[in-house]
Amino acid sequence: MTPLPLPDRPEIYYVTAAFLLAIGILGLLRRRTLIGMLISGELIFSAASLNLMAFNRFRAPDPAVGQIFVLFIMGLAAAEIAIALSIIIAVYRNYRSVKTRELTELNG
Amino acid sequence: MTSFPASQLILSAIFLVCIATTVVGALIAALTARIIRSVCGLAICCIGLAGLYYFLHSPFLALMEILIYVGAVCVTIVFAVMLAEPEETVRDEDRGAGLLWGAFALVVSALIFWGLWRLGAQQDWTAPVNRVSDGSISAIGKSLLTTYSMAFELISLALLVAIIGALAVARTGRTKP
Repeated sequence: MTPLPLPDRPEIYYVTAAFLLAIGILGLLRRRTLIGMLISGELIFSAASLNLMAFNRFRAPDPAVGQIFVLFIMGLAAAEIAIALSIIIAVYRNYRSVKTRELTELNG
Repeated sequence: MTSFPASQLILSAIFLVCIATTVVGALIAALTARIIRSVCGLAICCIGLAGLYYFLHSPFLALMEILIYVGAVCVTIVFAVMLAEPEETVRDEDRGAGLLWGAFALVVSALIFWGLWRLGAQQDWTAPVNRVSDGSISAIGKSLLTTYSMAFELISLALLVAIIGALAVARTGRTKP
């Protein structure tokens, strides 16, 4: 039996998705501005989407379900980006900064 | 199979290029100091992801990934960067604490990656036996308008609320010229 060609091996997709999740969490912990944290959040969204798509391709009996799920994830990510960026711009108008260290009005 | 020579090799090479684009884009997005480079890294990562979606038998989602993420999300973030100037400057007094925090973040993400790597690479992921549909664009369209029509309508409502909410939030504090 010949080994599977590279694009047909599910482990590669899973490991790539795990890498995206890990690097997103690294960025989320490391970044000091709101926009940088938002970009890292998008990386985590992408990791979830890639994982769902890989399971949809290799494991699911109905391959349309995962694609629709990922489509909904993309729509919600777009909505989330719109809301978050408008909040960031409102915060910048009030504080003249989007650094997380300086937004400490609610800090106890 | 195919008669074209070394087609399997070329396919694997393109696949590896997609993986490398995704990984390098994610690294750029998470690790560079300037936010605008980070946005470009996100765009590169999404282009690589679109290639991976194509390899996962879903050209529709590959197109949507480029259209929504590169075309809409990254451009919107660039607009926010231009409006809010979020430059990260590391002050001298908290350089040590920042280094410590960065090491902590690295350890956390490395642990998560290691655990998921083991879970993903060591399980026996056998393929299912029977498929009930082929996952083509027409199958997606039929499912969207029959089984998932409620969620489809709800997500359009969510997008509408998001647009109105974004306008309402960003509008406050603006003075008339």
